[in-house]
Amino acid sequence: MTEALQELGTQIAAKRPDCVLSWAIAFDELTVDVAPADIVGLVEFLRADNTCKFSSLVDITAVDYPERGKRLDAVYHFLSMYQNHRIRLRVSIRQDDMGPSIVDVHPSANWFEREIFDMFGILFSGHPDLRRILTDYGFRGYPLRKDFPTTGYTEVRYDEAEKRVVYEPVNLVQEYRQFDFMSPWEGAEYILPGDEKEGAK
Amino acid sequence: MDGAKFDDAVTGEQNIRNFNINFGPQHPAAHGVLRLVLELDGEIVERCDPHIVLLDRGTEKLMESRTYLQNLPYFDRLDYVAPMNQEHAWCLAIEKLTGVEVPRRGSLIRVLYSEIGRILNHLLSVTTQAMDVGALTPPLWGFEEREKLMCFYERACGARLHAAYFRPGGVHQDIPDDLLDDIDLWAMEFPRVLADIDGLLTENRIFKQRNCDIGVVSEQEILDYGFSGVMVRGSGMAWDLRRAQPYECYDEFGFQIPVGKNGDCYDRYLVRMEEMRQSLSIIRQAIGKLREATGDVMARGKLSPPKRGDMKTSMESLIHHFKLYTEGPWARR
Repeated sequence: MTEALQELGTQIAAKRPDCVLSWAIAFDELTVDVAPADIVGLVEFLRADNTCKFSSLVDITAVDYPERGKRLDAVYHFLSMYQNHRIRLRVSIRQDDMGPSIVDVHPSANWFEREIFDMFGILFSGHPDLRRILTDYGFRGYPLRKDFPTTGYTEVRYDEAEKRVVYEPVNLVQEYRQFDFMSPWEGAEYILPGDEKEGAK
Repeated sequence: MDGAKFDDAVTGEQNIRNFNINFGPQHPAAHGVLRLVLELDGEIVERCDPHIVLLDRGTEKLMESRTYLQNLPYFDRLDYVAPMNQEHAWCLAIEKLTGVEVPRRGSLIRVLYSEIGRILNHLLSVTTQAMDVGALTPPLWGFEEREKLMCFYERACGARLHAAYFRPGGVHQDIPDDLLDDIDLWAMEFPRVLADIDGLLTENRIFKQRNCDIGVVSEQEILDYGFSGVMVRGSGMAWDLRRAQPYECYDEFGFQIPVGKNGDCYDRYLVRMEEMRQSLSIIRQAIGKLREATGDVMARGKLSPPKRGDMKTSMESLIHHFKLYTEGPWARR
C-alpha cells in the first residue's frame, strides 16, 4: 500500500512540479501540499491523468490554526474508484484571502465549498452561489474557527408576550463545562479564590 | 395572477406563471426538518432551493472540547438508522491514529453488528421506498424485523438506538453465547421475511411502474456528484469499500457484490435486497467464527479502560480508569 502511494506521490510531483509544494505519506495516506493558485489545475490533472484518475471528490473540509499567519487549511479528499486509491490535498490560506473554486471540475464541490465558507469563512472565487448553508438565517461569524465559542453569541426562545421567537445574547446560568485539570499545587495560571488578598498585605 | 387586465388576444392560459411553494421545515414527508423552496410548473418541479439549515446540530463544534470517549455517542445521533456503523468510522480513525490493534473477538463482534446495522439500514430504505410509491404493508413487515434487530442491539449494549457500543480499541463488553444463538436463529428465519417482501414488490406492476427508469444515475453523474455505496452499485460499478479497501477483518469473509444495470430506483431496490442476503451470509460466518474466537474484546492500554476485575486488585488500574474517564486520553499533551 505504502509503496504504491510512494510511487504515486513521486509521479505526481514529477509531472506537476509547479503545483506540488511538498508531499508526504502518513498512516498510509498520501497528502500533497498545494498553493491556492494551483489547486484547480492540479485537481483537473488528477482527474484526467490515467495513473491517478481521482474522479470522485469525497469531501472538502478545513482546519483552523489561529496562531499561524496562513491561518486556514482547506483540505480536499479525492478517491479513484478505478485505481482504488485516495489522495488528500492541503491548501494554506490567509484569513482574508480567496481560494479558487473547483466547482467547474467537480460539481459536487458546490455544497462543500458553501459549507467551508459558512463554517470557516474561506471565500471561493468563481463559485456560482456562495451562500451560507448550515447556519441559521442571519447568522454572523464562522462557527468552526477556534476562536468562536461553542455556546455561540446568541440564543433563541419563544416570547409569550411578543408571540414570536426572539434572539438574545447568550446568558449562561452555569459556566460552560470546560474543566481545568491543572493542579493549583503545580503552578496553575489562575489565582485561587482568596489568594488575591495575599498581595494586598 | 395578472387577471385584472384581461385582453382578448391573450388567453388566460398564457398568463399562467409558475407556482412557488414553501415545503417544510415541519412536514411529515420531510423526514426530519428539511425546508425546500420549490418552483412548480404543474406537477413538475422547475427549481428547488433546499435549506438544510435546521438539520445541522453543530456536532463538530461540540466535539472540539470533548475527549474521544465523550464524543463517541454523538455518532449514534448522526445516523439513527444504523448507529453502530457511524461509531465504527470514529473508532477506526482513532485506532489508525494511535496504532491500536483490535483483538480478534472484538473485531468479529464489530463485523457482526456492522452487518446487522447494514440490514437495519436497507430494511428501512427498501420498505419506505415502497411506502413512498404507495405500498403500506412492506414497512410494517420490515419494521417488525428492525425491532428484532434493535433487541439484539439492546442485548449487547443496553440501548436500542444510542448504542455507544463500539469503543476505540474494541467493543465495550463481550456478548453472551445465547445472544449469538438468538442472532443465528433470527438469521435462519429472516430469509422468509425477505422472500415475503420480495414477492410483494419485485414483480409488482405498480411498484415497477413507479420505480423503473426513475432517477437514472449515469456513471458520469456518480463521479460528478461524489456518490458512493448503493448509488454507485445500482449503476453497474462494482465498488464496495469492504472489498476494495477492507477494514476490520472483512478480508476473511466471503460475500458477493451485487450490481445493477440501469441505475434507476428499481435497480437500486434490487441491489439492496441482494445486499441484505449477503449481509445475512456474513452474519452467519461471523457467528461461526465468534464461537471459536474467545478472548478479550478490547485492546487494553492507555486508550481503553482496564477490566473491572483488575480495578479491584490493582491501584494503577483504578487510577487509570479514573484518569481515562475524567481527563480522557487527550489530556496527555
